[in-house]
Amino acid sequence: MTMDDIEERRRRLRGRNWAVFAALIGLVALFYLITIVRMGGF
Amino acid sequence: MTDITVQRASEQREFGATAGDFIELLKPRVMSLVVFTGFAGMVVAPGHLHPLLACVAVLCIAVGAGASGAINMWYDRDIDAVMARTAKRPIPSGRVAPDEALAFGVILAVAAVVVMGLAVNWVAAAILALATLFYVFVYTIWLKRRTPQNIVIGGAAGAFPPMIGWAAVTGGVDLPSVLLFLLIFLWTPPHFWALALFRSGDYARAGVPMLPVVEGPETTKRQMLLYTLILLPVAAAPWWVGIAGPVYLAGSLVLGAMFVWCAVRVLRSTDDKPAKQMFGFSILYLFLLFALLLGEHVVPGAV
Repeated sequence: MTMDDIEERRRRLRGRNWAVFAALIGLVALFYLITIVRMGGF
Repeated sequence: MTDITVQRASEQREFGATAGDFIELLKPRVMSLVVFTGFAGMVVAPGHLHPLLACVAVLCIAVGAGASGAINMWYDRDIDAVMARTAKRPIPSGRVAPDEALAFGVILAVAAVVVMGLAVNWVAAAILALATLFYVFVYTIWLKRRTPQNIVIGGAAGAFPPMIGWAAVTGGVDLPSVLLFLLIFLWTPPHFWALALFRSGDYARAGVPMLPVVEGPETTKRQMLLYTLILLPVAAAPWWVGIAGPVYLAGSLVLGAMFVWCAVRVLRSTDDKPAKQMFGFSILYLFLLFALLLGEHVVPGAV
């Protein structure tokens, strides 16, 4: 594996990690909002 | 697969997948029509749903449909690799490992159903679960490789979204939502067979017994015409049950007549062009029908 390959692998891993992070933050926000709405009696 | 393909696939796997590869597993283009019809089911349903919960319902329908697509790609990776249309998908091209795709699909499918149940209601969640299980077990695993009626029965999976949208608002299953289900159910065979007609070589190579492969193009074309004719009154039915107005009725008859005309042209022709045009029109047909349904509910007093 060349240095370029290693760098490419790191770049893709970083991209996946950011995507998982964004999805988790999104879920937390979503559950927070759902709770507020449901507690409001809708 | 050739040696070069295998080598390229293993090189790709060493790099690991990108986030975009996982998005591609969700079949975003199929998802867009599913989301649209699910949303329409929600808008035409009587009652009220908080806008945020409506967004959650649409999200769950989208994720559930996407997850089914990912599991389908996991199961069909062997035949996807030999068909030109599907060879570049993330698994056959080596960008995503099969096990990762399966785990991704299962986790998302379960999450979509649970969130739908907790946030919206359990009837909508149950229909979403049914649609996912139907697509994976009945269509993909059981029927697809066994019978030329695969997409006729399997088409039910894609017909559930408006019913899920309706159930999200009303908490139940009623005649109008069953009619919207029937509309997509009867639309699916002519839509898919139009594609299968000009891709029959692909399906034959992959050993998928699509109707044009097993019974030949003539039988397929006659069946397509039959389905477009049955579709005419079914597409108009939302007007009879009062969820659509006269604009929809007129639109459904005009679009239905055009769809029948497409099928007649396909029946008369010997080349692929009319089938390709019919495939394109079939997508526009369903999109416009649901757009009319939605439009009438946005304009006050139209229904």
